[in-house]
Amino acid sequence: MSNFGYVAPSTVEETLAVLQRATDQGQRTQILAGGTDVIVQFRSLDSSHRLFVDIKSLKETNDVRIENEHIFVGAAIPSGVLNENAELKALFPGLLEAADLIGSTQIQGRASIGGNLCNSSPAGDTIPALIVNSALCVIATSEGTRTVPSEKFVTGVGRNCLAAHEFLLGFQIPRPSAGTGDAYLRFIPRTEMDIAVAGAAVSLSLNHEGICERARVSIGAVAPTPLLVSSAAEALVGTTADEDALQQAAQACSDAAQPITDKRGTVEYRRKVVGVLCRRAGAIAKDRALSNRN
Amino acid sequence: MAEVANFKAIGTRPIRPDGVEKVTGRANFGADLNLPDMLHGKVLRSPHAHARIKRIDLTKAQAMEGVYAAISSADFPQEVTSSLSRNILARDKVLYHGHALAAVAARTPRIAEEALARIEVEYEVLPPVLTLDDAMREKATLVSEDLRTNDDENSPPSNIAATQRFERGDVTKGFAEADVIVQEEFRVPSAHQGYIEPHACVATSNPGGRVTVWCTTQGPFEVRSATAGVLNKTVSDIKVIPSEIGGGFGGKTVVYFEPVAVRLSELTGKPVKMVMNREEVFRATGPASATLCKIKVGAKKDGRITAATAWLAYEAGAFPGSPVGPGCMSVFAPYDIDNFLVEGYDVLVNKPKVAAYRAPGAPQSMHAMECAIDELAQKLDMDPIDLRLKNAAKEGTIAPYGPKFPPIGLVECLEAAKRHPNYVNKTSEEVGRGVAVGFWFNIGMQSSAEVNIAEDGAVSIMEGSPDIGGSRASMCLMAAETLGVPYETINAHVGDTESTGFCNLTGGSRTTFATGLAVVKACEDVIAQCKARAAMTWELDVEQVDWRDGQAVPKPGVNIDVEPLSLADIAKTMSRTGGPLLGRASLNAQGAGACFSVNWTDVTIDRETGKVDVKAFTAIQDAGRAIHPAYVEGQMQGGAVQGLGWALNEEYIYNENGVVENASFLDYRVPVASDMPMIDCEIIEVPNPSHPYGVRGVGETPIVAPLAATSNAVRDLLGFRINDLPLSPPNVLAAIDAAD
Ligand SMILES: Cc1cc2nc3c(=O)[nH]c(=O)nc-3n(C[C@H](O)[C@H](O)[C@H](O)COP(=O)(O)OP(=O)(O)OC[C@H]3O[C@@H](n4cnc5c(N)ncnc54)[C@H](O)[C@@H]3O)c2cc1C
Repeated sequence: MSNFGYVAPSTVEETLAVLQRATDQGQRTQILAGGTDVIVQFRSLDSSHRLFVDIKSLKETNDVRIENEHIFVGAAIPSGVLNENAELKALFPGLLEAADLIGSTQIQGRASIGGNLCNSSPAGDTIPALIVNSALCVIATSEGTRTVPSEKFVTGVGRNCLAAHEFLLGFQIPRPSAGTGDAYLRFIPRTEMDIAVAGAAVSLSLNHEGICERARVSIGAVAPTPLLVSSAAEALVGTTADEDALQQAAQACSDAAQPITDKRGTVEYRRKVVGVLCRRAGAIAKDRALSNRN
Repeated sequence: MAEVANFKAIGTRPIRPDGVEKVTGRANFGADLNLPDMLHGKVLRSPHAHARIKRIDLTKAQAMEGVYAAISSADFPQEVTSSLSRNILARDKVLYHGHALAAVAARTPRIAEEALARIEVEYEVLPPVLTLDDAMREKATLVSEDLRTNDDENSPPSNIAATQRFERGDVTKGFAEADVIVQEEFRVPSAHQGYIEPHACVATSNPGGRVTVWCTTQGPFEVRSATAGVLNKTVSDIKVIPSEIGGGFGGKTVVYFEPVAVRLSELTGKPVKMVMNREEVFRATGPASATLCKIKVGAKKDGRITAATAWLAYEAGAFPGSPVGPGCMSVFAPYDIDNFLVEGYDVLVNKPKVAAYRAPGAPQSMHAMECAIDELAQKLDMDPIDLRLKNAAKEGTIAPYGPKFPPIGLVECLEAAKRHPNYVNKTSEEVGRGVAVGFWFNIGMQSSAEVNIAEDGAVSIMEGSPDIGGSRASMCLMAAETLGVPYETINAHVGDTESTGFCNLTGGSRTTFATGLAVVKACEDVIAQCKARAAMTWELDVEQVDWRDGQAVPKPGVNIDVEPLSLADIAKTMSRTGGPLLGRASLNAQGAGACFSVNWTDVTIDRETGKVDVKAFTAIQDAGRAIHPAYVEGQMQGGAVQGLGWALNEEYIYNENGVVENASFLDYRVPVASDMPMIDCEIIEVPNPSHPYGVRGVGETPIVAPLAATSNAVRDLLGFRINDLPLSPPNVLAAIDAAD
């Protein structure tokens, strides 16, 4: 009855070899991390034959390395495990909160941020948070590794820049400078177990005078891919991220959104709410930045 | 107030007899049965909301390896033309997206799926009728070309299957006397019952024509007669064995594929299993009616209602039979009104046939009335509970639907609400509060029970009501009270259609009342036999023996020196005193007491996103007598959550072709646990004189009031009313923006 093959290679090299061989033979492969998207989709949407390549036990995809310049976070670490890491939580509270929004306690025992990004849904909750933190996606290829900025990774609904013989190892995220804070908020009609109708992430850095020197704003569920909204960031840089500036950033997000009307929300509703979320996330990010100024 | 009764078992909260099996995952639900050599049946469903079937070609499916049969309505008795038979497999037209029109049986579910894809169907697509407005307009597209309103041969074909009208007094005069009048229209969307367990059955047949069906249902005897009807068999050809049931709420009172599984089994000679997936449950099983309700109420300055009218249109789905009748009968039920007029319309649309859902028909019409009463309270500047007390129905009031109310508990519930700390505590600026009243008739109907006493005195109850809400525990408690033996020595079993006497479905909140009555009477039968055997042992007259605290004792004044005989003592010697002890009762229960409730919702609103959060919810309800208070509270809480879901986010999203776009629990948003506050419950007990312990049904009333209570809370906070449900974030935000 089984309509799939399954392998769980033990090294990155072996994984790449398996992927390469299958690709050469014209066999469909699919990377399996937590499986919280893969298994659901295989059961309900498309059950055509494939080889599952399980990467969740590789050393590299489970690594967390906190270094002076960069922090590396493995692609396959379950959200529940990430959220037990106090150091990561202090560095990127917004990103970890985004991971903590995924599903329920049970889902978080498996769901990874790598899987969330590679699933490439417009509504993936961790993607805007990765983008505002300038995360670089570290991709394993036969030539070694290559990196892609997270805002360039997703190319369309359910599509991304990975080739069939590649996979994501993890994220290299610059260590936030003093006075930096991030936040992510999404809107769902319920309290959990739902898909974002709109989402917004903000990261900003304040100098000693409280002036915003750097900002990144990203919005989700309001366009075919999560968007980096530079006009919203520009509205914040040079200000104290006060009410007015946050309102302008909010307006920039509403303007940048290209939402559709579907069962989860209308164009008008999403446009409006994504701005509200940007403003509220911006205020949280600012508070965090203020308390991080040393 | 109710008299204080001195019960030993009734009113306690023991663990249910079926609890261990259920929490350890051992209980067998509908999809758990597998038989040797069993096939899997699947149904082909219409991709169109409305189309003529020009041709169905099953040959390619039948030719597939692993396929044992492929059938359509042509394989069923053609002389049976009921709506039920045409809902189970479409005849000449498909009437909603998801309407079944063919079925296959195959070795595996996957082969069955693949076979469905090979069935060729040619359709002539017709425009769908999707709203009450479209269906009721002149020259509307017809869902059924030969349907005439109220079967009147002289009227033209119409989508209005039936009308109702009843009145009392003179509404023109009543409105003329009114100082204030409220007139509003309200729309309530369809809501699904949302039971967690999908429909499932296994059918097997023997060459002699005998059939056995295992299925998840609220009513095995109703499944038997419905299946017999569609297949033109006699009921005695069919045995139905109910599984444990994972929720029904009215939605498992009808059959969808049991007759199909039987037919497939007859054609293949093998057992056939059919299980719906969640999408099929949403697309093809009955939701509650979407409705349009127009209400007008007039009152004097002191709050006394002088007149009221209701115009109620209910979507029936693709076949006649919406609950507009009970909707009409319940709309004014809580009030003593001299002048009223109620008109109702049962309207066909190209959507699945509606099914019962907890208090079928009442949540929609009473949402309208309870919102109108709230508006009246605003206009009169009266407390909403005082206004209701001023008009409340009580013992002796002639109910709008005819009978004179026996003792009922509405006034007691309203008074308890006024005293309740949750009501006495006023809300802050950011919180809105809304009050509403709920009501349901409740029903009696037929039940049977047998009570068997084992040789050690253990008690075994056999009855026919599938246990949805803890009814086995209630049966055991009533038996414990009646017999005077410990609860732990009693077990209750739900029989099949051949192992227990006839029993109507678990529905209409009748089980604890009617089947409970049968259990009590069967226990009384056992007691009578025990007394006779004690009398025989003691060489006394039966009249000289009493039954007290679970023992036979000589009556006071009877001069004999003997030890009392317990049930266990009598059981031990029963082979010598006349054989097994077996009590029986069967009845058609009369006098199901009406059940009233008062609920209030406290909400906050995020004015930038339109999200309504329920911060507190209080339910006060008359249970007559709470046999097992925890399960009464469970009904009150479950109904409240379903009502709140209906008020807030639940709705079917149809596209212009009549296709439901949110046929999953992800996008059909029932509340999740973290959405809900604790539902505070207070049980009021105004005993029902028609039951030995005073029981009223409690299962349905709880869903009625939360709709209007929530609407009224939103009105309280926003300062203006949103008439239509659901109060979902986009709808609320649009209303706030429009009001700015
Ligand atoms: C009940 C439930 C609730 C959910 N709630 C949310 C929610 O609130 N928010 C949200 O955003 N998502 C939600 N999801 C979706 C899902 O849980 C997340 O997207 C999750 O992050 C996926 O991670 P995973 O490890 O399970 O990925 P998998 O399912 O294993 O993989 C997801 C996709 O990414 C690919 N992939 C995974 N890892 C790699 C890799 N290292 N390299 C290359 N490709 C890879 C897979 O091939 C697949 O296409 C929910 C899912 C369920 C079942």
